[in-house]
Parts: sequence; C-alpha cells; structure tokens
Amino acid sequence: MQLTLGPLLYYWPRQTVLDFYAEAAGWPVDTVYLGEVVCARRHELKLADWLALAADLSGAGKAVVLSSQALLESSGDLIGLKKLIESGFAIEANDLGAVKLARDAGRPFVAGPHLNIYNGPTLDWFAEAGASRWLPPLEASRDTVAAIVAEKTAVVETEVFAHGRLPLAFSARCFTARHYDLNKDACEFKCIDHPDGLTMSTREGQDFLCINGIQTMSAACHALWHDLGDLAGIDALRISPQQHHTGEIVAAYAAKLAGRPATADAARWNPEGWVDGYWRGEAGIHPIQEH
Amino acid sequence: MSAKPQLVCPAGSLPALKAAIDHGADTVYLGFKNATNARNFAGLNFGDTQIRDGVAYAHGRGREVLVAINTYAQAGRLAEWHRAIDRAADLGVDAVILADLGLLAYAHRTHPQLRLHLSVQGSATNADAINLAHECFGVRRAVLPRVLTLPQVESVIGKTPVEIEVFGFGSLCVMAEGRCILSSYATGQSPNTHGVCSPAGFVRWEPQGKAMDARLAGILIDRYAEGEPAGYPTLCKGRFDVEGDTYYALEEPTSLNTLAVLPELMRIGVAAIKVEGRQRSPAYVTAVTKTLRAAIDAAGDARYSVKPAWLDALAPLSEGHQQTLGAYNRPWR
Repeated sequence: MQLTLGPLLYYWPRQTVLDFYAEAAGWPVDTVYLGEVVCARRHELKLADWLALAADLSGAGKAVVLSSQALLESSGDLIGLKKLIESGFAIEANDLGAVKLARDAGRPFVAGPHLNIYNGPTLDWFAEAGASRWLPPLEASRDTVAAIVAEKTAVVETEVFAHGRLPLAFSARCFTARHYDLNKDACEFKCIDHPDGLTMSTREGQDFLCINGIQTMSAACHALWHDLGDLAGIDALRISPQQHHTGEIVAAYAAKLAGRPATADAARWNPEGWVDGYWRGEAGIHPIQEH
Repeated sequence: MSAKPQLVCPAGSLPALKAAIDHGADTVYLGFKNATNARNFAGLNFGDTQIRDGVAYAHGRGREVLVAINTYAQAGRLAEWHRAIDRAADLGVDAVILADLGLLAYAHRTHPQLRLHLSVQGSATNADAINLAHECFGVRRAVLPRVLTLPQVESVIGKTPVEIEVFGFGSLCVMAEGRCILSSYATGQSPNTHGVCSPAGFVRWEPQGKAMDARLAGILIDRYAEGEPAGYPTLCKGRFDVEGDTYYALEEPTSLNTLAVLPELMRIGVAAIKVEGRQRSPAYVTAVTKTLRAAIDAAGDARYSVKPAWLDALAPLSEGHQQTLGAYNRPWR
C-alpha cells in the first residue's frame, strides 16, 4: 500500500508552504501532489515555485504530480493548465478540460476525485484516455469502490482519499469573500487568515461545513484510520495536508499499514472530529465507528 | 443578431409537457421514473407510454423531446442506465442528455444516430471539456453549469462547434453542478448517485413555540421566526453561523432570471435557453413558458426592454420570491 500527500487545499503564506514541503520530503509518502487546486487568485507560490518544489521533492525520491484546479472557468485558468502539462511532470486532472489537454499531449495523468467516475466502463474510458491512476468520488463507499474495481478491465491504480476535510463542492462564488462582505475580485486574499478554513455551524452549534474560498468542505475530518483492515483492490491512500500534525498523521498511517504499533491522537490531530460515513455507505457526516 | 435560441422547458409529467408545448416551448425535456434521472422525485416523471404520448404530442406540433439520463451509472447496475438509453432511442426522442462519460461512449457506440447532449451535471465549464465530449462521442450540445459570466459564456461559444444551452430561469444551484456532494454528506444521497438534492424524505419541520425549525437528516438548516416565510431546507440555502455571524453563508433562497440579458445571450450565440423545474407543476410550467416565449420573441428587437407584466408573472414563482442574474453578471465579483 502506498501513501500519498494530496494537494494543499488551503491558502498558506509562502514560507509556510515551503517549510511544509521541506518537511514532507522526509515523510514516508510515495507521491506528493503539488499546485493550486482551489482558486486562481491564490498567488503566494507561482508556477515556477511549484516547479522548483517539484524538482526538490523529485530529488528526494518522491513521485511528483501537479494537480489541476477543479473548476476551470477562464482562459487564464486553461493557460495555467497548459503550462502544468508542458512542465514534464505528471498531472492530476480534476476537470474534463484537463483530461483533454493531457490526452492531446499523449501524457499519462491521474484522474482526480472530481471527475465523477462511478462505474467500470467509465473508468476504462479514462484509462484509455491516459489515466494511469484514479481516485473514486469522495462520496463512494468501500463497496462502491470494490464494485468499480471489479467492473473495470483496464490496468489502472486506485487511490483513495483517506484522511482530511472533504472538499465537497465548488462554486463560481467565493464564500470566504462573502463572509467578509468583499467582492471576489477584491477579496484581500482573506483565505490566508484561515489556514484550515472557516467553520460553518448550524444555529444550534453543530459544526457542519467548512468554507475555504470557492470550495465548501466538511467541517469534520474524514478518516479511514479504523478501516484499514479491508483495502482489497486499493493501491494508495491519500492524506490531505492540514495546518498542524500532517507529518505525525502520515507517520502513524505508514506504521499501521506496515503492521507496526501505531496510535492515533485523534483529539489533538483533528479536534473537529472524525467521520467515515461515506466509506461505510452512509451519509458522509456520520461519525466513525471504532472496531 | 444570431438566430433565435430555442426555449427548452421542463416536464415532470405529461400534463406539464402539454402545457409547455401549448404555451410556446420549442423543446421539452423529461426523464424516467428511476435513478437515471437527476430529478428522481416521488410521483413525478415518465414511463414508456407517457413518453410515447409526449413525443407524439410534441412531434405533431413540430416540437422536440429530450430525455435526461443525467445521473452517473452506479457500478454493478449499469443495465439500468443502458436500458434507459435504449428505451429513449426506441421511443424516438430527439436527443438524450447524458453526464457520465461511460454512458456517452455507450450511447455513441450503440445508437450512432441518436443525438447526444452533455448534461449540466457533466460539469463542463470550459471549451476544452466540451470539445473532448464532441471529439470522443459526437456530442452536439452542451448545457453550461451556472457558474460562468456572460463574457465567459461568449468565450466558450467562440471556441467550440458544439451548441451551447444555458439556464434562463428557475431555481439556482450556487455550486458547479456535478461537483457538489453536500447532499450526500448530510443524507447519503446526492444528485450524482440518486438524482436528488436535499431529498424530501430527510426533511423534518419542527415547530419550536412560534418559530419553525427546518431540518435535513437531523441537521438544522434554518430556523424561521414567527411570521417569516419558511422555505424548503435545501442545504446550501440555509442560515448558518460563521465566526459569530448568522446569515445565508452560501446562498439566499433565490431564483435565476435572465430576462434582462436575453438580447445579450442571443448576441453571443446561445443556441438554447433552458427553464429549470421538472419538479414543478403544470401551472408553473405554463406561466414560465408563456413569459419566456414572449420575452425571447421580443428580444431580437433593438428596443427590447423587460416588461413589468413578465416580472409580475415570474416573481411569485421564484424561490424566496427573490431573483438574480446569478453568475452571468456576478454582483459579488
């Protein structure tokens, strides 16, 4: 079982990002996904910075994949994407436009979790278009993933989003800017003040969702820590970066997967709580059941 | 000025289909009574006999019928979706509206004569995405998610041979369609998997003294004070708390209304204007179809202006009695 470090979903200051990946170079992950996947306005790191990080991590023995933005709306977004593809690194396509550009360039790609692959023939189609690996939709259960893997005929690796707040929805609208009564185009880059997003609670105080720019996430952390016993057909697990403790989380998963003693400090890592309802075929918000 | 766009109206039932045709729809879209349909609501939608009758009614009057098979085929149950495509083809409909690339491949291979449209649920927001569906499956029309500005729509139209259909009126998704699983996060059922959003079976109304709580799967979506009109608890349209502020954190209950920009939509070459609302009544379809028909017919005139009577007709049909141009003009941009 491989471990991967998913793309950074939040907007962190430049030095924070550089420090984070300098540490990640020493973590037990096989693949690191890099790049801005949420909002084109986020510019602490430019493409050249991401490419320099890619070279560093590649030099440290990591496979590097550059992730595309999930919502590609403007010509500028697509120009950025073309540059990603021309960089020579593999890309993660999170939009059909990205799939087209990778396919036209004859470049293998990772079919990201926002491409809506819910069955074997659809996965086969993406594999034929050049996908060497895929991620199921985040709402897919263990049984759904197993059924898709059983139904596919192509040779393609399966990676599952295993730990982190779930990116549930994308909009043209920026909810962080809305919170501050700012226009999206003059957002003052408020996301940078919220390194783990902004929690959105119900009027009776239940933490429900998390605002992260144009993305809406789960307030709780999706965690497959208690589900690692049954991962037949899965080749890789993705850990999603968070402000604190990502290295500890990676190390604990690596130890547990290797059969070494491992303990999770869930309350400290993720005070927002753990859920795994999706994986068990239920509502995603359902809390974990330890077993 | 480009050709007049088609008016594409919703039908959740045969009476709604006839109402749409009788009041000026060029095209009606509908779906089967099952999970292949992204408006899979109890008591709505079509069986084979009703589709056959609907197609006869429409074709007899020179209009078209589209069938939306626009959820994602679930592994192990592909036959349900393949059968829906086969039935639609056999029933002589004018096109099917698909989102799942595997289904587009199936339809293209199995029914090469069947016209294919890319559903809004296919989440194609740029010309490259649309052109991929055109090159691989011969898709002839794409429905754009409600996230693009008018200049962005125009830019897409300039870069693709595929006809572009946009939403003109109805309930508004603030999220990119096909890229939102908020509903399954709360309930286990989403548009992609079950063809539903914030499904009615999970809704509970709970009086709290003179207030009313609206819950979805137990989660408090909104709380209405005495006298405040209560809306359906679609989970992105509730009031939530963020850093101590309670407000519509994602979106107000509101409907899209493009009457003000119809001439612009025509100028940039939109091929079709779609009305949302297969879950709505024939009376709703009648009122919206009539109004949009009149507006589209008038929009080619340089002196076009939105008639107060049109707004009066549409206002009571809008969610929260509010209307917006949505992403087309982005007041929040």
